[in-house]
Amino acid sequence: MSQRLVAVEKVSKKFCRSLRRSLWYGMLDMGAELLGRNGGQRELRADEFWAVRDVSLELQRGETLGLIGHNGAGKTTLLRMLNGLIKPDAGRIEIRGRMQALIALGAGFNPILTGRENVYVNAAVLGIPKAEIDRRFDAIVDFAGIGRFIDSPVQSYSSGMAVRLGFAVAAHLDPDILLVDEVLAVGDLAFQAKCRKRIQELRQAGVALILVSHNLHTVSHLCTRTIVLGQGRVVFDGETDRAIDIYRAALMQGVKEDDAASHPGTGELAIRRMQVLDANDREQNEFNVGDTVKLRLHYRVNRPVAGAVINIKIRASDGDQVTGMRSDSDGVQLTGFDRDGYVDVVVPQFNLLPDVYTIDAVLFHADGFAYYDRINHLASVKINGGLQVNGTVYLPHTWGTGASLNSQPADREWVVSSKRDGGER
Amino acid sequence: MSVVERTEHLPVVVYTPASQLRNPRLLFASMWGDLKASRELAWRLFVRDVSAQYRQSLLGLFWAFIPPIVTGLVFIILHAQGVVNFGASAVPYPLYVLVGTILWQAFAQSLSAPLKAVVNAKPMLAKIRFPYEALIVSAVYGVLLNLLISLTVLTALFLFYRAPMSWTLLWAPVAVLLLMMLGISIGLLLTPIGLLYTDVPAALPIITQIWFLITPIVYTPPQRYPFTVLAAINPVAPLLLGARDLIILGKSPDLATLVIAGAAISLLLFVSWLIYRIALPIIIERISA
Repeated sequence: MSQRLVAVEKVSKKFCRSLRRSLWYGMLDMGAELLGRNGGQRELRADEFWAVRDVSLELQRGETLGLIGHNGAGKTTLLRMLNGLIKPDAGRIEIRGRMQALIALGAGFNPILTGRENVYVNAAVLGIPKAEIDRRFDAIVDFAGIGRFIDSPVQSYSSGMAVRLGFAVAAHLDPDILLVDEVLAVGDLAFQAKCRKRIQELRQAGVALILVSHNLHTVSHLCTRTIVLGQGRVVFDGETDRAIDIYRAALMQGVKEDDAASHPGTGELAIRRMQVLDANDREQNEFNVGDTVKLRLHYRVNRPVAGAVINIKIRASDGDQVTGMRSDSDGVQLTGFDRDGYVDVVVPQFNLLPDVYTIDAVLFHADGFAYYDRINHLASVKINGGLQVNGTVYLPHTWGTGASLNSQPADREWVVSSKRDGGER
Repeated sequence: MSVVERTEHLPVVVYTPASQLRNPRLLFASMWGDLKASRELAWRLFVRDVSAQYRQSLLGLFWAFIPPIVTGLVFIILHAQGVVNFGASAVPYPLYVLVGTILWQAFAQSLSAPLKAVVNAKPMLAKIRFPYEALIVSAVYGVLLNLLISLTVLTALFLFYRAPMSWTLLWAPVAVLLLMMLGISIGLLLTPIGLLYTDVPAALPIITQIWFLITPIVYTPPQRYPFTVLAAINPVAPLLLGARDLIILGKSPDLATLVIAGAAISLLLFVSWLIYRIALPIIIERISA
């Protein structure tokens, strides 16, 4: 049965950059509200901006909607409006059914009091009846993995324990619509798995979910549909895989603009640019998992030097370095830098899973410590494909039943060439 | 801001920018609903705050009656030493003063409780939707607890002085209730502004102190011209003095006045509640943005 539980029509929300003005506007808005004005003003006052602008969306029963976007894209503001914490400045929100939010775990916890006492306070804040908690108290303690600590003051808990206890209580919410904001980001892996399991159960029970997360794997696994927000507007609303692609592309753009700064080194050699080539030396930025990728690093020689070491770092879209290559570690000696040229690194099987990867490069002295030049976000490589496999790397493998497995080592080779004579090393 | 109706067995809530005042019937219904819904939470918050407060304190419950007793003692000593002359009271001066300071405490705590409770709950307010009435109800429980503890001390004093107790004592709770309602009403009115600007919480103790001094608590009501005006415009004075007269003098209450005062204060409390309720979502956006 398809049933619309949430309808958001052209909702907007203004925020104010200046605290002083913001407080004063608060006074004015309060006055307007008490005089019974009809609707917020559509115009921005000084120092105001649209945190959410003309957002429309719908949510059906049983759907799980992902909300992704940069920090400040308006995700949390939208959730807070849906939850009724703050009023929209324009538009209309209609909620059908009991809405609850998993936003702040352990709300109302007092550090002096014991875990047991705080469970009841927290449950009351979330609107869970006491009888419900009485009945499932042992299950809650068990779920949180708190054990005997339940009768110790919460201030003696590790932050992980407090969060787990908060979630154990919140897991007993019984909503028609659940809002989840980044709670999965806290806690260790075991805890995150518990959270996911609980969310799956709620989904199966027909609860409509709205999930805000920066963890794209979580989004791709849980969400049937995803909305990308950018600067307060809906950039995309549809299939989760497409949404993630769009978000990553936007993310890359932002990262490039912010962090493309060169870090000048000693300057004898300078990095000019990096080309990303396919197996046929055609310049390309999008590949499939396992394609051959050739990275061509162009350098300029300001003063001839005898040797250099090249370090290439590959980062995933979340900024973590996934892997890298370093010529000296590979036992390759790069020498004869007397004229401009380039160095190729060939990766026969680029086995990283779909994401947008950025590449940083450093040109070290032959000693491997001082450097001539380094540039972050020199190039990017987009790996396409669905996210059938979780993780970052594809391990080449075959399946067998007890017989011999045939493995194919995927090594990389270094090729150095110079523009004029095409000499190699 | 919210519309509640029932379709397909699911409650429907609508949020729009329009002022909640434009649909009063619905607003009143949701106020009443939230007040009912807040009972359990209010009790939990009260138990939480009291347990935490006393667990971290050596003197514990003593703190409930120490402040009014100490204030009273200061004036009792000043009076006994003849440093100041507060006029002749019909009952032993210490009893007169202590009944006054305890009643004043009930008012002053009611006045400051709403803002204090809401400021302490800021992190919760910014993230969680719960009936905001619970914060106020829970704070009122706290004031009542302090009052009850003080009253046991007061009873001991009555026995000590062998002061006569008359049937009018039964009216005293009504007067005290009105006094507390007045304090809560004013406190609620200050809460939205106090959440935005710290000037309000900073000024409140000073104003309370001055208010204490211009109310005839430690002295008998003035009969001379400029001071009689002060007593006339001070809404606390007639309530507090009336309550004290009921308790220690056995004066029969003036029913008409009591009814009028009750109606006026009830109306004020309702209006304050209304303002608190519609202002809070607007304030929440400003304190956490």
